[in-house]
Amino acid sequence: MATPTLTRPAPRTSTSEGLRRLRKKMTAGKIAALVVAAFIAVLWLIPFAWATATAFKTETDAAAPKVSWMPPSGFTAEAFVKVFQDGNIPLWTWNSFYTSAAITAITLVISALVAYALSRIDFKGKKVLMTVIIASIIIPPPVLIIPLFYQMLALHLIDTSWAIILPQVIHPAMVFVLKKFFDQIPRELEEAAVMDGASRLRIFTQIILPLSRPILAAVAIFVFIGAWNNFLWPFIATNDGALLTLPVGLQTIKSAYGIQYAQNMASALLAALPLILVFLFFQRQIIKGVATTGLAGT
Amino acid sequence: MSSSLASRRSTGQPDIATATPPQPTRRPSQSRTRSNLSGWGFATPFLVFFLVFLVWPILYGIYMSLTGKSLTGANDSLIGFANYAEALADADMWRSLGNTFYFTVISTVPLVLVALVMAALLNVGLPAQWLWRLSYFAPYLLASTVVSLFFTWMYNPQLGLINDSLSKIGLPKVAWLNDPNVAMWAIVIATLWWTVGFNFLLYLAAMQNIPVQHYEAASLDGAGAWRQFFSITLPQLTPTTVMIVLLQILASMKIFDQVYQMTAGGPGGSTRPVVQYIFETGFTGYRLGYSAAISYIFFGLIVLVSVMQFAVTRRRSA
Repeated sequence: MATPTLTRPAPRTSTSEGLRRLRKKMTAGKIAALVVAAFIAVLWLIPFAWATATAFKTETDAAAPKVSWMPPSGFTAEAFVKVFQDGNIPLWTWNSFYTSAAITAITLVISALVAYALSRIDFKGKKVLMTVIIASIIIPPPVLIIPLFYQMLALHLIDTSWAIILPQVIHPAMVFVLKKFFDQIPRELEEAAVMDGASRLRIFTQIILPLSRPILAAVAIFVFIGAWNNFLWPFIATNDGALLTLPVGLQTIKSAYGIQYAQNMASALLAALPLILVFLFFQRQIIKGVATTGLAGT
Repeated sequence: MSSSLASRRSTGQPDIATATPPQPTRRPSQSRTRSNLSGWGFATPFLVFFLVFLVWPILYGIYMSLTGKSLTGANDSLIGFANYAEALADADMWRSLGNTFYFTVISTVPLVLVALVMAALLNVGLPAQWLWRLSYFAPYLLASTVVSLFFTWMYNPQLGLINDSLSKIGLPKVAWLNDPNVAMWAIVIATLWWTVGFNFLLYLAAMQNIPVQHYEAASLDGAGAWRQFFSITLPQLTPTTVMIVLLQILASMKIFDQVYQMTAGGPGGSTRPVVQYIFETGFTGYRLGYSAAISYIFFGLIVLVSVMQFAVTRRRSA
């Protein structure tokens, strides 16, 4: 459904052209829309703004019974300094980064390979395989926490990063998204290579993969965001303080700092920063990624 | 790989020489075997992970649910359906299922409607699209822990921004996370803020795929903006709406993170969802077998809901 937007951007521009023409006719409506959109945007930004205001206060001001945006003793970066000094946030960020990157890399490789087979190769049992993969989309991950935990115990992987990574690499919906994209690549492009006697693997790596960059990026972004923010499984899979990911580590902060509101907000903002920065740089790709994989995911 | 490449060449060439031109699609049985091999070869890496980390846990979980297995003293002996029987009579399990169901019902409506409104507003063609998209979508990028820290602070009864704003406009203060009648709504509000951006993007992408000719024809006929929205945009979005509702219901049923972090299931178990009950019976109550049984009852309900949704959408499209 959304793949056409990736391959041909033309309809989008014509839509906005049409809208531009429409715009002239409904200026009053447009202003009303602008006001409502701005109102929602302000509401949506308030939590960020309030967290930022709190993070730059002294603990005393943050806990003062009179709630104010402007603290009596002025703003200070002392909460950030304290949070940074205890060193946990950089460690947790790194843990989140490399586990998410590993999950994304493994997911991409294994999903693209099986999606290629489902799209291009005629083999016995293909239909059964396809059905099983589609059916497994429905399995809710929280249902598997008990047996997965037991499995990790048995494999002696508890308190290693592998316990976080391995169970998160199966994304049946993403296999389906990739297969649908591969289906659209013209077969003629491979035929010359087949005549030259190129192997399947070579066709896959040298013809299919380079043509599939947009969808690979979309799937990568989708899987990475999901892995980065996952809480339940990493929470169960690790107790080792040195392996905690950002979401799990932050959970321990609340009790550790007690009522240190400024430090809590400073930690939350530092934790939010990496993905927000990534979003600012790759806005287009992330929006396309979510729209494509989200829409094609069913 | 190189040896199979060589054999493909040696068998391939005589085929081309002897094959009759009218039927080039027909393949000899040798190449059939070869594509069976390469097909399963490509599928193998995924299948290994799929079997080890998905199929095996499902099967092993079923086995566990039929035992008295615990984290402390292992009792691996099969006890039949005793766990299931106990779960079905467990008021706490039913209550947590009820909470999950309640959250799903009251969260899905705003999560779909607000997303639709956001996308419709932007689709009018507002300037600075990136700014609106950023504000609406940015919360989706946050970890649940960050969202919970933000909202626990804003919901703080004495020091929180929300109660302060309420009292400034003359409304009474609310014990957001401490009042059993309000706590679930407080979680819905936080969840709406956190995740509506995803649905918003799906709606926006779908709206931008509606051919502009529809609108042009309608405006020639004198249809205004509202009329166009209700007669063109909404009907064209029906498949998207159905899909977003399906995805949202399935996502809401899995709720755990923000509840666990904001209320820990309280006050008095009024917000505890079934995933938290599964987690607690397994890891704090150490009853893995019992916990697995509850998992499968929950799984069964999700399958039931999915099948019902599938039946409804099928009937509608038929």
